[in-house]
Amino acid sequence: MHEMSLAEGILQIVEDTARMNDASRVRAVVLEIGRLSHVEEDALRFCFDAVTRSTVADGARLEVVATPGRAWCMPCGESVALDGLGEACPRCGGYQLQVTQGEEMKVREIEVA
Amino acid sequence: MCTTCGCSSGETKIEGADAHGHEHVHEHEHVHAMADGSVVRHTHAHDGATDLHYGHGAAHSHAPGMSQARMVQIEQDILGKNNRHARFNREFLAERGVYAVNLVSSPGSGKTTLLAESITRLRPDLAVTVIEGDQQTTNDADRIRAAGARALQINTGKGCHLDASMVERALERLQPEDGSVLFIENVGNLVCPAAFDLGEAHKVVVLSVTEGEDKPLKYPDMFRAASLMLLNKIDLLPYVEFDVARCIEYARRVNPSIEVMTVSATKGDGIEQWTNWIRLHAVTARQTTAQRVDTPGRRVAEFESAVGERT
Repeated sequence: MHEMSLAEGILQIVEDTARMNDASRVRAVVLEIGRLSHVEEDALRFCFDAVTRSTVADGARLEVVATPGRAWCMPCGESVALDGLGEACPRCGGYQLQVTQGEEMKVREIEVA
Repeated sequence: MCTTCGCSSGETKIEGADAHGHEHVHEHEHVHAMADGSVVRHTHAHDGATDLHYGHGAAHSHAPGMSQARMVQIEQDILGKNNRHARFNREFLAERGVYAVNLVSSPGSGKTTLLAESITRLRPDLAVTVIEGDQQTTNDADRIRAAGARALQINTGKGCHLDASMVERALERLQPEDGSVLFIENVGNLVCPAAFDLGEAHKVVVLSVTEGEDKPLKYPDMFRAASLMLLNKIDLLPYVEFDVARCIEYARRVNPSIEVMTVSATKGDGIEQWTNWIRLHAVTARQTTAQRVDTPGRRVAEFESAVGERT
């Protein structure tokens, strides 16, 4: 379950940022997770709650902004929506797709007190 | 993931298991210190699948304009730390002209057998070192050493993948020879290793014909991350139902540029093509390093000759 490693990565970023901002508590963590990224959101929430226990982010609200997937379809010569890897182009039904958006895994901002 | 039953109620779908014996509601208590010193506690429920709190004010501020909380912009990649270690490894390898391959697959695809056979064929003219990733035991590293390569075992314990800092520590100990080939045999797992760059030149995914031909569609992240798919155990094709053409078509759906080779590690089919692929990339890695080393030397020579012309 690599979500545990991701949650630890999030915690490290959050702790570093809280320290730099002299924050005693982190109230919320806002993530940007692309729909085509390597993340199962519920597993990540579970791991986030586990790794933040007894830290500056204990009990912090986790907000996930899900970026939709997009790809460049070469036959169509156009940017198209892509719901998942392995899905066909919604216009031509082909698979000559280059993913352009939806693989993000970022900590966007945190709310500190 | 639900802590009661272990299921994932988001993207994970369990066929035929729509009805669920308990509710997926998780509660969190929130404590708010108010400007006048009072403390407000409240809980709110998170429905696992629709837990998006758009529209809440910063820190749920109860008194307008009196919020003690503030937002801090970060915009940092969650895998940023791993990627920094991976860049370090890539630079370490590039300085030495080492060509590194990250071998990924599910357990039982024949990675270690393939690796042992590859080492036997490459070793007469190429130095090969191996980093072995498994949760436990040194069995695989022992098999690799028996094949004649230096090997280092990383036991990840409960971990499901190798990460770049583990590989960094392994490289320090292993010290691969200049111009050599480094194989990193990842933990047998078609999911987690896809997300972790180790600093390798290529990920190579091994899929055996005793597995399902639709694995590229079931585990698209891994097949998308890989540069080459090795279809292993093709000597068993007469005994299994596995449509090679369909499997390749599925792999190219998720990764139009993936290269494919069919091999049998035990019978030797296709192994020469695969080891030639390794040799070709090893030569390229060595040449790239030679050019890097040459460039400063050439610049010094050019500078000296320019100075010489002036004096």
